[in-house]
Amino acid sequence: MSDLGPGLLDAMFILVGALLGATGVRALLDTTNDKRLTTGAFWLLLGFTFAFGEVVPFEVTGIIILVLGGLTLSRGVKAGAVQEGTLEEREEGARRLGSKLFIPALSLAAIAVLVATTAPFGKESGTLSVGVASIASLLIAWGLTRAPASVVAGQADRLIQQVGPIGLLPQFLAMLGVVFTSAGVGEVVADAIANIVPDGNKFAGVLAYCIGMALFTAVVGNAFAAFTVITAGIGVPFVIALGGDPVVAGALAMTAGFCGTLVTPMAANFNALPVALLEMKDPNGVIKAQAPISAVMFVAHVLLMYFWAF
Amino acid sequence: MGPDWFVLIGVAVIVVGFLLKIDSIAVVIIAALTTSLIAEVTFADFLEQIGTAFVNNRSVSLFILTLPMIALSERFGLKEQAVTLIKRLQKMTASRFLTLYTIIRQLCGAFGIRISGMVQFVRPIVQPMTSAAAHEQGIVKSDADEEVLKAQSAVAENTGNFFGQNGFIAASGVLLIVGTLDSLGYPVSPERIVAASLPMIFIGTAVAAINFKIVGRRLEKRAAQAGATATGTAQSGANDE
Repeated sequence: MSDLGPGLLDAMFILVGALLGATGVRALLDTTNDKRLTTGAFWLLLGFTFAFGEVVPFEVTGIIILVLGGLTLSRGVKAGAVQEGTLEEREEGARRLGSKLFIPALSLAAIAVLVATTAPFGKESGTLSVGVASIASLLIAWGLTRAPASVVAGQADRLIQQVGPIGLLPQFLAMLGVVFTSAGVGEVVADAIANIVPDGNKFAGVLAYCIGMALFTAVVGNAFAAFTVITAGIGVPFVIALGGDPVVAGALAMTAGFCGTLVTPMAANFNALPVALLEMKDPNGVIKAQAPISAVMFVAHVLLMYFWAF
Repeated sequence: MGPDWFVLIGVAVIVVGFLLKIDSIAVVIIAALTTSLIAEVTFADFLEQIGTAFVNNRSVSLFILTLPMIALSERFGLKEQAVTLIKRLQKMTASRFLTLYTIIRQLCGAFGIRISGMVQFVRPIVQPMTSAAAHEQGIVKSDADEEVLKAQSAVAENTGNFFGQNGFIAASGVLLIVGTLDSLGYPVSPERIVAASLPMIFIGTAVAAINFKIVGRRLEKRAAQAGATATGTAQSGANDE
């Protein structure tokens, strides 16, 4: 049974590739989109890396990655005409189905937890749980709404286009983390920190890990980017290597980074967008309101990591 | 030891690129290329390295498989139903309503319900309802008070969103933690990361709730003072409602 895992995981990636490929074809055929060729190319190439990443030489994927970057840099990727359904249609659905509409989303979580804990697919079960639950909950949603297949396909395409290339940013950042690690960025940062942090001092290590996360996140405006660099450079040598639980340290480091997100203008979609949406007078009004929360949460992270990870 | 420091130029590229708001994906690729050039990796090896790393980290983007279900639910009124549920709640103070929204937002995150809350909830529902509740309490006396309520509505969204999202097993943050630790030689499972993220969900809610309570009190005091001076200076002034 457990040897099913790797094959099933490959199937999931092929499925993602097919979804992205379908979006690519729809984008190509969308004559209302003035960027349809480049948009279509982006999703098709991306889908290719998911479906055939293991089959073609890695250099080919490397070239595709450069092309993808060129396409987003030249603003070649644009969401085309998507059908959200009219407000009447959505309200009609809400009237007909009521709170049953929450069942698919809730079953996604429930099934994912079930698959991850019972582990029917061996060590890949954790990763697979998301994919298996996605498919099962889509079937539940389909049965519940009794939507025509064309609507289901159209909706999948809509959300993929609305999320857009930026949804892939975490994967690109994970890739960057590997490059940074092999170039020794982590060691250089660690060396710099090592001169300040007393060696073998657990509390100093925890403090350095949390400060590093919050600070780096504030500078780049993105906790995900900070996580790969700071975990390799500070988290592993100064917390985990001293016996800190990687699960606790990793999970808390990520949200310690969010304390930095709360107080940086770099995180525009969280701190600048509401100023515009709510027509506020002070451009830093949201950041100022969040500063006390950020400070209290940061202290809570340091203390919890120190007492829980060791 | 000197030349080692040059690999940090890749980090500098990220910082400058994000500061200048250049396309994020392109910035990441440029940072990777710069780092490899400085580390004297050949171009062919660079292509192979990023290709391998990208393919090995595909699981980070596995959340794409959840999109069709969420999109379909939305098409049949998921958000409209959420609005209906929120609107049913009445007799709320501004502080309590903001705390409640923070909790709802955290639950959305923990169940993997992907919403861009600022646009979909804060502007159309949360801020108007907070303001309405505060007016009902009689604690809004000036534009500055309205400004406070607007900022706090955004606070509820961000606090709920940030500290709730890692309660979901397929959250990209959770998958990134798993992927990063795994490539550093510490294999962990997503559900254990979720378990370790739970305390901060509760602490985040508590901190936000206390914050809203304090802000509410401050507005009450200010309103009481404004009321006292108003009645003091214009004693028999008409009680303009």
